[in-house]
Amino acid sequence: MPFHFENKPVLVAYVTCGDPDLATTRDIILAAIESGAGIIELGVPFSDPVADGPVIQKASERALKHGTSLEQVLKLASEIREHSQSVGMIVFSYLNPILKMGMSKFCKVARHAGLDGVLITDLPVEEAGEYLREARKNDLVTVFLVAPTSTDQRLKQIATVSTGFIYAISRTGVTGARQQMPEDASGLVKRLRRFTKLPVAVGFGISTPEQFAAVGQYADAAVVGSAIVQAIERNRGHEAPAVAEFIRSLVARKS
Amino acid sequence: MATVSVTQRRVIAAAKKPVPVTGRFGAYGGRYVPETLMAALDELEREYEKAKNDRRFQARLEYLLKQYAGRPTPLFFAKRLTEKLGGAKIYLKREDLLHTGAHKINNCIGQALLVERMGKHRVIAETGAGQHGVATATVCALLGFECVVYMGTEDMRRQVLNVFRMRLLGAEVRGVDAGSRTLKDAINEAMRDWVTNVRTTHYLLGSVLGAHPYPTMVRDFHRVIGREARRQVLKAEGKLPKAIIACVGGGSNAIGIFYDFLKDKKVELIGVEAGGCGEGLGQHAARFRGGSPGVLQGTFSYVLQDKAGQIATTHSISAGLDYPSIGPEHAMLKDSGRAEYVPASDVEALKATTVLARTEGIIPALESAHAVAEAIKRAPKMKKSEVLIVNVSGRGDKDVGILRENLKLD
Repeated sequence: MPFHFENKPVLVAYVTCGDPDLATTRDIILAAIESGAGIIELGVPFSDPVADGPVIQKASERALKHGTSLEQVLKLASEIREHSQSVGMIVFSYLNPILKMGMSKFCKVARHAGLDGVLITDLPVEEAGEYLREARKNDLVTVFLVAPTSTDQRLKQIATVSTGFIYAISRTGVTGARQQMPEDASGLVKRLRRFTKLPVAVGFGISTPEQFAAVGQYADAAVVGSAIVQAIERNRGHEAPAVAEFIRSLVARKS
Repeated sequence: MATVSVTQRRVIAAAKKPVPVTGRFGAYGGRYVPETLMAALDELEREYEKAKNDRRFQARLEYLLKQYAGRPTPLFFAKRLTEKLGGAKIYLKREDLLHTGAHKINNCIGQALLVERMGKHRVIAETGAGQHGVATATVCALLGFECVVYMGTEDMRRQVLNVFRMRLLGAEVRGVDAGSRTLKDAINEAMRDWVTNVRTTHYLLGSVLGAHPYPTMVRDFHRVIGREARRQVLKAEGKLPKAIIACVGGGSNAIGIFYDFLKDKKVELIGVEAGGCGEGLGQHAARFRGGSPGVLQGTFSYVLQDKAGQIATTHSISAGLDYPSIGPEHAMLKDSGRAEYVPASDVEALKATTVLARTEGIIPALESAHAVAEAIKRAPKMKKSEVLIVNVSGRGDKDVGILRENLKLD
C-alpha cells in the first residue's frame, strides 16, 4: 500500500478533477507528486457539494460544465498510477455519483485503476455497510472523516471501520482557507488517538507553510485542498507549475 | 494490503453486520450527511423522542396550533365545484386559512418548541415559495430567536412579497446565487451554514426531506391535518372518502393528510407532482416520472439526475414544488403502491387556480393548484356518492404577481 507516513507531515493534495479540464488535472497531479505531495485526493465534482466552500464549489461547476464524470476520474487515476507507483491515491467523492455507477462496480473499477482507497463525504459509518463490504473485497482502504463535534463514542465507531488513515476535520464548517487554524484540531486528534493507531490527517483550512508545519506537530499528514484549487483558478494556462511551486513552498520546511 | 490482518478481518465481520440504521422507510430515508452534523442529528432525534412523550410539550404545541395558528382548519364542502365537475363530492381541507397562509406553520411551531428545549437561539431555514420562510420567521419572532432564511435568487424574484414579509418579521433573507437559484440551492447553502454553526444553530427544515429524524419528525408535526380531516369527513358524510389528493414538492402537506388514512386501505391517496412545461429532464419536477433512487441532501429517495449521478435542474411554475427529490416516505408509498403519484403541468395548475377562484371564491397557492388540477381531471369520472378530499395546502396571495403575468386578465 503506497501510504508512507514516516516523513511527517505528509502532504495530502486535493484536486477537483476536470478543472479546468482532465488533461490539465493530470499534469497538475504529476507536478504535485514531483514536488512533494505524498497522497493525492482525486475530487469528483458534484452538482450539490454541501460540504464545500465557495472555492471548490466553483471548481466543481467548471468541471461539470464540460461533463466531468466519475468514470473519467477513475480513468485519470489509472493514468496517474502508470506514472507513479509510490504515490498514495484516493477518490474523494459525494455518494450519489458512486451510487449511480453502483457500489460494487465502482470499487472494482477503482481498484483496477490503481487507487488505494476511497473517502465519501456524505456517507457516515452508520450507512456504510455496503461500501465497507465492497471496498474490503477490492482491497481499498476506507477513509472516514471525524469532526470536532464527533462524540467519543462516534470516534470509536469510526476508528473501528477506518483503514489506511483517518481524516480529521480541523473545525466545524465547509472546506476553504482560513487565516488561523482553530484550536479544535489538535484536541480532536488527541481524542482520536485514544481509539486508533492509524495515521491521522488533518484538513480544512490549511493554506500556508506555517499552518502546514503546525499541523505536523500533532498529526501525521495535512490535507491541502481549497488553496491548491485556488492556485489552479488563479493561474490559467500554467496551472501545473503554479501548483508545483505552491507545494514546494509548503513542504520546504520539512527536514 | 495483500494480507488480511486480524483487525481487517474484524472490520470485514463488522461490515457484514452494519450498525443498524434508523429512519428508514423501506429502502429509503437514512442519514447521509457530513460527519460534522451527525452529533446534532443525534441530539435532535433524542430531544424529539423525549418531547413526544412530554405532556407539557404536547400541551404547549396544541395550544399554539389552536390559539396562534388557527387549528383546526375547516373541511369545506365545495358545492359549486362539485356541481361544475358533475362527479364526486369534493371537500377542501383548508390549510390555506392557517396563520401565515399555509400548512407550513404546523411544523415550524413544533420545531421551534424543540429549539427552545435544546437551548439554541439561532434558527436557519431554506425556502422555495417563501411560505416556509415566512412561517419560520414568524415562529422565530414569536419565540425570540435569531432567524436567517436562505432563498434562491430566482425564487426571490418570483416571490418578492414573501421576501418582504420575512424581513418585516425580523428575519435576514440571504439570496443564493448557485445552480438554478431555487429551493435545492437554498438547502445546500442552509446545510453549509449548519455545518459551520451547528453548535448554536438549529436547521428548521421545511419538508419531509433531509436526514433522519427530519422526514419522520416533520411528518408527525403535520399529521394533525389528516387526523382532523378524517374526523371531519366522518362527521359530515358518515363515511371515509374514496380518494385524497395533495400536491407533493418535498411532500409535507401530502404526508400530513395521508398519514392517518394509511390504514384505511380503501382510501386512495394521490400525490400530484409538478409536471412543469414538458417531459424532458429539466422541464419538470416529477420525480416519479423521470427520477431514479439516489441520495440528495441527506436522504435516499427518488431523484431527478443524469446518467453520471449529477442532480438535474428542475422547472415548475410553483417554487414550492420545484425540487429534484421527494420525501423518502413517499418513495416507499409509491413503490408499495399504497399511494399513486401523477403530474400536473404549469398550464393545468394555472387553469385550476382560476376554476377554484371562480367557483368557490378561494385562490389556492400555485402548489395547491396542482392538487386541484388533478381533482378536476378525476372528479368527473367518479360517482356522485363518492367523496374526494383535496388538500388546499396554502393560499394564493403570494402568487398574485405570477398569476397576473400568466393569466393576462388586465
